[in-house]
Amino acid sequence: MQIAIASGKGGTGKTTVATNLARVLSGTRPVQYVDCDVEEPNGHLFLQPQITSSQSAGILVPVLDLDRCTRCGACSQLCQYHAIANLGTTMLVFPELCHGCGGCIRVCPEQAIREEERPIGVVEYGTARGVHFLHGRLNVGETMSPPLIRAVLKAVDPTIMAIIDAPPGTSCPVLTAVRGADFVLMVTEPTAFGLHDLMLAVEMVRALQLPTGIVINRADMGDDRVERYCATEGLPILGRVPHDRRVAEAYARGVLAVDAVPEMAVSVQPLADAIFQEVAL
Amino acid sequence: MKEIVIISGKGGTGKTSVTAAFAALAAPAIMVDCDVDAADLHLVLSPTVEETHAFFGGRQARIITEQCQACGTCADVCRFSAIRHDAATGYQIDPLACEGCGVCAHFCPHEAMAFEETCNGQWFRSSTRFGPLVHARLGIAAENSGKLVALIRREARALAAANQANWLLVDGPPGIGCPVISSLTGADHVVIVTEPTIAGLHDLERVLTLTAHFHVPASIIINKADLYQHGAEEIAQTACTHHAQVLGHIPYDPVFTQAQLVGLSVIEYADGPVSQAIRACWNQLRISLTKE
Repeated sequence: MQIAIASGKGGTGKTTVATNLARVLSGTRPVQYVDCDVEEPNGHLFLQPQITSSQSAGILVPVLDLDRCTRCGACSQLCQYHAIANLGTTMLVFPELCHGCGGCIRVCPEQAIREEERPIGVVEYGTARGVHFLHGRLNVGETMSPPLIRAVLKAVDPTIMAIIDAPPGTSCPVLTAVRGADFVLMVTEPTAFGLHDLMLAVEMVRALQLPTGIVINRADMGDDRVERYCATEGLPILGRVPHDRRVAEAYARGVLAVDAVPEMAVSVQPLADAIFQEVAL
Repeated sequence: MKEIVIISGKGGTGKTSVTAAFAALAAPAIMVDCDVDAADLHLVLSPTVEETHAFFGGRQARIITEQCQACGTCADVCRFSAIRHDAATGYQIDPLACEGCGVCAHFCPHEAMAFEETCNGQWFRSSTRFGPLVHARLGIAAENSGKLVALIRREARALAAANQANWLLVDGPPGIGCPVISSLTGADHVVIVTEPTIAGLHDLERVLTLTAHFHVPASIIINKADLYQHGAEEIAQTACTHHAQVLGHIPYDPVFTQAQLVGLSVIEYADGPVSQAIRACWNQLRISLTKE
């Protein structure tokens, strides 16, 4: 089973929920924590895994054999990403624009193009006090995170439960992270920004036809607008986490809430149970 | 005109709240919300939309059912698993997985694949109490957020030139990927709003590497500064190592949330320690930018 933790808005507590959930669940079953927020992965700061292996991930980009190439330009005409330019006397490849669709290789009449992997980041594996740990780390300056997110997800063990920590937003990176999940748990906060971005995120999971439930973080810091929205939309609220400065301070230092504040451990298990109940429906 | 981009790396550190406060202090200014897939600045600026434009960000494949011979070439050549087959409906394109490469359309032997421009969102030119706002809404799960960001920034710059504005304030997206890079390349200055948490610090380092990579000078605002003293000190050290100035410290205060709930910038809502700290940051930034 794969449970994705998403939010729309950043900083609502996705990583806090995902890491604490993974820690609590690992008490009763094997569980993997999978950090797909590859632009800014943070789960390792709290779970503090021992990284046991690491592998490079990349995009297959074209390499031209200019001796064979006749400058016919079929490749640059096909490429939608302007990653190959035909300058008449020579051809220029812009690997950082390439999406790796492979069209250029297929279309080249001279078989003058081969593919080479251009690394965009790493996938790292490890263990953290019984939690199987997996994350991706995008190289700084890279624009495209989805291929790395796909590489991370490919490394997930399908036989055991996975908690997937998704990136913020509602576009390609988060979509790539959540689309294979069995359930999407959305973490929001009861504020104007929280509600607005939650509504966008709900539209996204509905487009993917995935079941979803809501956790309201810092539930006592705003007003009831998120509660009212969830009631109108028939979205189940699976948990409400009150603001607690001790939790915020523990988070600041990189300590899991369930380790720092004993009451938190007691409140995470019902959340897990509520998710399982929703998935079973 | 100075173009200032407000980013954070980590989400939820207070980018948009700081941008709105800067807008109140800089008014009249031009604002642009580049967090196109979760835009929030309009919730505080309450814009009156004056123009709405469609955003055509790329092309998508569409199967022309009458011509399809179900040969399966399209599915074979697609690297994004965007074409699926089932016995009842035949071949179908998953628009959410399609990256618009056009390879299927090119290689379809029966000319049964259309490859058309798609509307991926909308963008708006609006007026607000602090000056014009250019903002956008990327279609849900749509591609090409970077292109949309580039487009609205271009529009905002043109507007700033036409209005002879002194300030162009850019509210950036979280992360360090495509839309962030698109938000900051070629800008005059980046302000990074961070928080003294281990995650804030981790993400700050990556953002500082990014701004250095693109040669945009950066300075830092430490929000929720009193949450973790040691963390704030570490941020100051990191800033120093990366030659980034710390513009100031904002205390951890629910006044941000309270202002947001009534749709006001914190500057308009109250004149307490948070507003004073932001004023000081803005003044410091103005002084530094005049020197540049």
